[in-house]
Amino acid sequence: MLFSENIKIAFRALRANKMRSVLTILGIVIGVATVVALLSIGEGATASITSQIESGGSNLLSITPGKMQMGGMSGPSLQPSYLYYKDYQLLERGLKDSVSKMAPTYQFSYTLKNGSESFDASVVGVVEDHADVRSFTITEGRFINDSDNKSQALVAVLGNTTASDLFGTLSPVGKTISVNGLKFEVIGVLEYKGSSLGSPDENVFVPIETGYNKLFGEIALHNGKRMVSNILISVKDADTMDTISAQVEYVLRRSHELSPSDESDFNVMSQADTLETLNAVTETLTIFLGAVAGISLLVGGIGIMNIMLVSVTERTKEIGLRKAVGATKNQILTQFLIETVTLSLLGGLVGILLGVSIALFFSVTGMITSVITAKAILLSFSFALVIGVSFGLYPAMRAASLHPMVALRYE
Amino acid sequence: MLQAENLSKFYQMGDNEVRALDGASFTINEGEMVAIMGPSGSGKSTLMSIIGCLDAPTGGKYLLDGVAVENLDESQLAEVRGRKIGFVFQQFNLLARTSALENVMLPLTYAGFAGKEREDRAFKALERVGLGGRTHHAPNELSGGQQQRVAIARALVNEPAILLADEPTGALDSKTGVEIMELFQSLHRENGQTVILVTHDAHVARHTNRIIKLSDGKIVSDEVNANPIKAGAPRVEE
Repeated sequence: MLFSENIKIAFRALRANKMRSVLTILGIVIGVATVVALLSIGEGATASITSQIESGGSNLLSITPGKMQMGGMSGPSLQPSYLYYKDYQLLERGLKDSVSKMAPTYQFSYTLKNGSESFDASVVGVVEDHADVRSFTITEGRFINDSDNKSQALVAVLGNTTASDLFGTLSPVGKTISVNGLKFEVIGVLEYKGSSLGSPDENVFVPIETGYNKLFGEIALHNGKRMVSNILISVKDADTMDTISAQVEYVLRRSHELSPSDESDFNVMSQADTLETLNAVTETLTIFLGAVAGISLLVGGIGIMNIMLVSVTERTKEIGLRKAVGATKNQILTQFLIETVTLSLLGGLVGILLGVSIALFFSVTGMITSVITAKAILLSFSFALVIGVSFGLYPAMRAASLHPMVALRYE
Repeated sequence: MLQAENLSKFYQMGDNEVRALDGASFTINEGEMVAIMGPSGSGKSTLMSIIGCLDAPTGGKYLLDGVAVENLDESQLAEVRGRKIGFVFQQFNLLARTSALENVMLPLTYAGFAGKEREDRAFKALERVGLGGRTHHAPNELSGGQQQRVAIARALVNEPAILLADEPTGALDSKTGVEIMELFQSLHRENGQTVILVTHDAHVARHTNRIIKLSDGKIVSDEVNANPIKAGAPRVEE
């Protein structure tokens, strides 16, 4: 008997119970659609995080206080560790020739006020090079410069969101805001960067010298020494990242008077490290979400098995007749197995279309740019196939092993 | 040619051994038209399943066209059913939502036929039972008698050694029943088709040339019926 005959028989049986077939494949449709949509959105999120980090400044090394923990993530350590302004000065002297720009920051949260608008935001003390190191674009006015720092000017540059929160659609440049009660003149607004890690959108930037002398006060001091939140280094040549990272380590360990057996009390992270860490996180999330979607596929499979068992019982007489007119056990087995596989493959196809549509919907509406990969489609499709075969086998075997005489007599 | 020798079918039901068939022996030659008769519980259905290779006996020997059926495995039995036996059932057992032609093609499909040849054979079988003009009707568009004709065409299509009919007129009104009996008689007379009718109805049985009576799983009589009723003649009550 030809295979195409079996497929015809299967389609006829499925068409005969259209409503039931549709409801049966719904579980698979939803499962596959979820897997495809989630994987595509996850892939898109990874891609967008990657591009955001890469847009955050080229060849960036970031030095932060804290002990290195397992897996490269900085976490709480038993003893607090600090980076000092002095460390920055040492680094600048030691690495002047091999790095293009270096920028220390100190940041703390303060209440911002403009008229009746008032909220807390992170106020970041910066130097002129900060804008270049982090590839900032100014939409209006200018960024903080060296003379602002020298004169400890009370000037501020606003992140895009902060600017619109404080001033709405009005231009903030030339206006005055209050930071922790101190008046600052707004001299510039940054371009909107979107929600990326360490986005400047919700920050306020002030000259770091103004910060130390007029705003932060005691908070920024430890044992009478000025602290920094981090030091950003823009490296000239990406190939020298590792060398410079080692040099930074050497300078800082000496400055912190660490013995060779001590762990470093600071982290030197390159963009690549940050990417790796974040990608590991998104990947874990994607796998986790995919597994949840996989469970719905499994439930869909059980639904198919349930319906097929009902179908076998309902068609007992038909099975008896087919056996009476010469169908072998294997032919009955194949017929029912093809029915289940057809159901799950149809469910898989519809699910892929639906999942791709959902992913595209997210892209078009601009929520998340999803990336549809062949991997996601193949994975969910083959999973649907495997479920069809494995959950179809038992009902098909039940059908095939029916005794022809008993089946014919079944009422 | 069908030879049954001391056929029996015993099975256990709780603590009791049920002897559905208990040592039945007979021979049916090619071209015979025979009725197997008995009340319900007499073992005639069991005998029919064994003759039809739907079930295996627990004892005795059964030769169909010289093949010892009791030695065949499941898939060989399926093949014997498909090629040597044409079943006709009381409830027709046609596939719903499937045209008459496709219903008749079913045994051909399992026997490995395809395409034009399969269709031609099925069409010829339908013509033989007088349904050449209704090949594309589904069962629910056909009368009971027409449905039984489709079932007979399906039974004939593989040119079986035996046409095995189980109460073929049981679900039909008497007029239609007569027409179906006429068809069986004409198949026997004109085509030399071996026909075995399984029935509880003495009147139906007397349309055949030989009546085997069963009671409690045993053959109680096996007699030639010298004057079979010609279908269509007025019914005479005994």
